[in-house]
Amino acid sequence: MNSLIEFLTFDDPGVRAVSLGAMLLGIGAAVVGCFTFLRKRALVGDAVAHAVLPGVCLAFILVDFMGSLGWTDISPKHPLALIVGAFVSSWISLRLIDYISFKSRIKEDTAIGLVLSVFFGIGILLLTLIQHGSSAEKAGLNSILFGRIAALTAGDVLLFGAVATVLVFITLMLYKEFQLMSFDEEFAAVTGLPVRRLELTLTTLTVLAVIVAIQAVGVVMTAAILITPPAAARYWTERLPVMILLAALFGALAGLTGAYASFAAPRAPTGPWIVIVLTGFAILSVLFAPRRGALARQLRQRRNAGRIRHENILKALFHLGEQDDDFYAARSSDDILARRPMDGTVLRRGLEQLRRHGYVRREGAAWALTAEGRMRGARITRLHRLWEVYLTQYVGIAPDHVHDDAETIEHILTPELEHELEALLDHPQIDPHARVIPQKHG
Amino acid sequence: MNDFWIILIGVLVAATCGLLGSYLILRRMAMVGDAIAHAVLPGIVIAFMISESRDSIPMLLGAAAVGLLTTFLIETLHRRGMLQIDASIGLTYTSLFALGVILASAFAGDVDLDLDCILYGEIALAPLYTLDIGGVDMGPRAVWIVGGALILVLSFIFLGYKELYITTFDPAYAAIIGVSVSLWHYLLMGAVSLTTVAAFESVGAILVVAFLIAPPAAAYLLTDNFKHMLLLTVLLGSLAVVGGYYLAAWLDASIAGAMALCMGLVFCAAFGLYRRRLHIASKSLTDQQLAARG
Repeated sequence: MNSLIEFLTFDDPGVRAVSLGAMLLGIGAAVVGCFTFLRKRALVGDAVAHAVLPGVCLAFILVDFMGSLGWTDISPKHPLALIVGAFVSSWISLRLIDYISFKSRIKEDTAIGLVLSVFFGIGILLLTLIQHGSSAEKAGLNSILFGRIAALTAGDVLLFGAVATVLVFITLMLYKEFQLMSFDEEFAAVTGLPVRRLELTLTTLTVLAVIVAIQAVGVVMTAAILITPPAAARYWTERLPVMILLAALFGALAGLTGAYASFAAPRAPTGPWIVIVLTGFAILSVLFAPRRGALARQLRQRRNAGRIRHENILKALFHLGEQDDDFYAARSSDDILARRPMDGTVLRRGLEQLRRHGYVRREGAAWALTAEGRMRGARITRLHRLWEVYLTQYVGIAPDHVHDDAETIEHILTPELEHELEALLDHPQIDPHARVIPQKHG
Repeated sequence: MNDFWIILIGVLVAATCGLLGSYLILRRMAMVGDAIAHAVLPGIVIAFMISESRDSIPMLLGAAAVGLLTTFLIETLHRRGMLQIDASIGLTYTSLFALGVILASAFAGDVDLDLDCILYGEIALAPLYTLDIGGVDMGPRAVWIVGGALILVLSFIFLGYKELYITTFDPAYAAIIGVSVSLWHYLLMGAVSLTTVAAFESVGAILVVAFLIAPPAAAYLLTDNFKHMLLLTVLLGSLAVVGGYYLAAWLDASIAGAMALCMGLVFCAAFGLYRRRLHIASKSLTDQQLAARG
């Protein structure tokens, strides 16, 4: 706990730099990730991340070799050299995935898995070559596997933060184009956007974002920092700007977590904690987001199911009324069940709820419609029969095949549609089964 | 003798993974295999903590359970959580892997589990852990474990060949004739999890993924017959194992990495053959058309 307080005061300038850099890094990856996510290419980010490894190792070997010849004196672990190497190899990997899946019958997911594992394998091969080699700086290179912010100097973190800022800037500059491409690529092409070039730009941005994110979470978990914030943000909104902002917020918090983790336990990998925090956001979003969340959807479904049950009970009572020409007489549950078979307890519970809302009255063990209940039962029956008329007259379906469809639609039709339907059918009185269609104010 | 054991283990892994991978890539589930290979990590660590040994039976069971859980989570997030499938795969496996790394590093003091080893394995050391039964040296333990997995997978495919075939190529038809698509889906995923875990210790996660995907993908390009594809997969995988072993010995580098590289080369060769065949086919077609036109 003390370390958390110490961390949050940001007294230490090192902590300040690392926190700022890590937050920028989270934001950059999340913002670019929004478009990767919307274009349904989440796993491509995963492949890019794995493909970074051979590039990094090759850059290391090359710079180290040049250094040994005395051509250069930069460290083989200089972040710029590693970024260039990572960039080249992940670019090649992406082109390969596209090439394989376009030019053969191999599906995209197989191509991704193939390129990912082979590139990573080559990376491991090179990494072990370096470790068995004689370079003085070989230690610490494998922190790229699991991410370790603490292994970076403040200067490195700021460099990655700066790259992330540039990423966000370019993405926002091309916001309109990317938006159009993510939602309707064909339309974007038709309106004359250079779709091919924009796609390459987005790919480049993705590659850069991955390279930056790897510093924090490591190769295997980089997909998370790119994809999880947008996935979580998607649940809270239907608007892209809000989604990007939210994703950036999640990304920033994750970055801060990483900075704290590397502060509290400098020798432990930071990646997993960032991923766990992000997953927490995602799980909360999937479950509890107001409209798209699982809980909200479950509640909505349940409400709808309840309404449909109520309407069916009222309809059954109305039909019984039609049959005896007495809408307000009391009927036993058995009468209702004979008219419309359902579970006995479900019926009793539904009737009780309807009574509370004033649609039915209780008379001893029997139930009777109130005036409101009759109106509502009449409306459902009306919609049912109107729809049957519509199906037979306009769609040309035989009268004995229209019932099931009407049984569903009667709960869905709005008053506006009802009105239109009536006008279209010229106010019919009788349904295809020669039953009277109850009128609106009858 | 070590050469022999390492190559034998590699070939056994290649055969086991390749057979299952053939089904995965045809079902467009290559990345689910990748996800399982990464996500079994926490299962391994937890089983390790509970049983306090590297004894393989609890480890196999624990990780296989997590493998099935992975499949289940991916499906649940996708179906009930309404998350697009690529994101739900990415989300599930990264978080389970993260959990595994945290568990492993938290108990690294007490537990002899090496993170790097989990990622890229130590097939070079596999022959050193031998199985002793009543004081009799039975050879490397990995041979028995992976060999057992291979026998399981072979009998699974042998017994369920028809069902697997139908649910892979025409799930709708399978459902009509009363073959449970989801039962065979989960059985297959269970087999993948078990194989992953069995192969894990000796070759590491990444080589498992390479073996699951690369040889079947290469074989898929070379034949239109499913049985031939299964055979070719095993053959190509074994080829990469042998090539990879000697490459690694020559370079003094990671054996798993070298095998993955060779698998890439095998795929490139298959791809070249495939493109050439396409080219010849289209050329002879145009020749015929020209001839027909006179």
